[in-house]
Amino acid sequence: MTTVTDPTPAETLPADLDAGTEEQAARQTPFRRFCRDFFASPVATVAFVVLCLVLFIALFAPWVSPTDPYDLAVVDVMDNRLPPGSTSFDGSITYWLGTDGAGRDVLSAIFYGLRTSLFVGVASGLIALLIGSSIGLASAYYGGRVDSFIMRVVDIQLSFPAILVALILLAALGQGVEKIILALVVVQWAYYARTVRGTALVERGKEYVEAAACLALPPRRILFRHLLPNCLPPLIVVGTVQTASAIALEATLSFLGLGLPITEPSLGLLIANGFQYMMSLQYWISVFPGVALLITIVSINLVGDQLRDVLNPRLER
Amino acid sequence: MSVFIIRRLLQSLLVVFVMSLLVFFGVNVVGDPVDMLVNPEMSQADIEATVRALGLDRPIHEQYWHFLSNALQADLGRSFIFGEPALKLILQRMPATLELAFVSLVLSVVIGLPLGVYAGLKPESRVSRTIMAGSILGFSLPTFWVGLMFIMIFAVVLGWLPSTGRGETVEVLGVGVSFLTLDGLSHLLLPAFNLALTNISLVIRLSRAGTREVAQQDYVKFARAKGLSSRRIIFVHVLKNIMIPVVTVLGLEFGGLIAFSVVTETIFAWPGMGKLLIDSVQNLDRPVIVAYLMITVLFFIVINLVVDLLYSLLDPRVRLQDVKA
Repeated sequence: MTTVTDPTPAETLPADLDAGTEEQAARQTPFRRFCRDFFASPVATVAFVVLCLVLFIALFAPWVSPTDPYDLAVVDVMDNRLPPGSTSFDGSITYWLGTDGAGRDVLSAIFYGLRTSLFVGVASGLIALLIGSSIGLASAYYGGRVDSFIMRVVDIQLSFPAILVALILLAALGQGVEKIILALVVVQWAYYARTVRGTALVERGKEYVEAAACLALPPRRILFRHLLPNCLPPLIVVGTVQTASAIALEATLSFLGLGLPITEPSLGLLIANGFQYMMSLQYWISVFPGVALLITIVSINLVGDQLRDVLNPRLER
Repeated sequence: MSVFIIRRLLQSLLVVFVMSLLVFFGVNVVGDPVDMLVNPEMSQADIEATVRALGLDRPIHEQYWHFLSNALQADLGRSFIFGEPALKLILQRMPATLELAFVSLVLSVVIGLPLGVYAGLKPESRVSRTIMAGSILGFSLPTFWVGLMFIMIFAVVLGWLPSTGRGETVEVLGVGVSFLTLDGLSHLLLPAFNLALTNISLVIRLSRAGTREVAQQDYVKFARAKGLSSRRIIFVHVLKNIMIPVVTVLGLEFGGLIAFSVVTETIFAWPGMGKLLIDSVQNLDRPVIVAYLMITVLFFIVINLVVDLLYSLLDPRVRLQDVKA
């Protein structure tokens, strides 16, 4: 996803006037300051709460869902395509968001789908972060030929749109959870590598790295204990944005029938399943999973935006 | 300059080669092509004959060499489903995709630019805030879901626009186009707008940022002091200067539109290359998949090469840096 940074932030807060007094300085740990800055924006606070709720639902889907949508003993085909708010054939359950073509509760299917979507997005994001940032660090630390080779590979990969790279991989590899995670990692690592390399190059020139080198610390220790922690802020920001776009990309690929298999339905697959019923105005099967996807992506993006504003040292607050 | 061009050409050739390796080995080695070519009722001798006829019994590097030498003669294999050369199938569908991508590019400028300029001129107004919030939504909304909503609202509920196909086409220079007939235009509107959404948001953001910057410049202040009408200032002084980044970014995004049209074409059953790819993946029509991927990769490499060369012509710093590296 391409985002263009707004050169002038929409709301600049007035400089903190009473930060200088002694008792306040004593209470101000970096974490507290970060929290205060982060929750200064009401939009970001709401997004954060929504995101926590989404994560909670995804983690505890089997306990939160009204029914188990994949338990064949519970699902009744007699209940298929019921509109939102109707009760089941035997009158035991109310389907708040209706049922799909096989008689599954749409709300429960969404909860389970969120679980799959978030798992794929977060897992691929973490793996890509590990691989990408290691490569980026190495590139910045060694410099020279290694650096120019790695950066050339990154440039070439980033010149192709993510969806095309993912399409190539999945057309070749076929369906499967591990395959889509692999495809998303391949798509994402270059962003992390470029971000870490950029920050690490700046940090490498600073005195503390020189001091560490003078102490004859091994390169590995300098890389991971000195450089990496100082590269974290931009990495966290790129991580949130990339995770959101990974979730969207996975949904798109699953919708096209290239992503996850039917046995593990993510939100994208739920939307695809409802597509055929759209023409007969049975909108709920597709629309509600889409709304869930939208809420997830927008809340991650808003949290990421606020993180960027708070963690960016150039926008002194 | 010539050193730069030669380096870039060599690099592009290398990328084409690596991509052909990836695509070929990916599609032909991971799965077994024999499985789907062979009829279950065939005898063992028939199966062996088929395998030999397709060259699948030879070592894999020989198969790749065969593929490569055929590809260089513009032969990317025959489709299993249609029985026609894969390249021909793709070239038949290409005009539809290009038309869709081009129309959505035009739409993103026509819609995005005025909104962005307005938001840049009056950053504090309520309308501008709404426009900016809308542009954030445009980035966040998953394109395929918006497409479904369009179909539901405009085709099913309101019944204003058709949701599938290309409609009536007119032959222009031997190629059928939709945008010249009313019927074709009505078919084109929804998919093109759907494909354009992300770029509309992008153009809004770029032109808003550009307008805010340009509006502060001395030449705009001077034009205002000279007593020019604000219409003239906006259309001549502001618009000309913000067009540069907008055109550059949109040029780069054209390739992305082609790639993303896979999604839009599938939703709206638009008979382009992207729909062909998804159909072929579902039918396991390997030659068409390989051909589509190779052609798109080639397309991208050419776009990137042209953009790089144009940049180096316009900005000498780029090529100097590259020669040194």
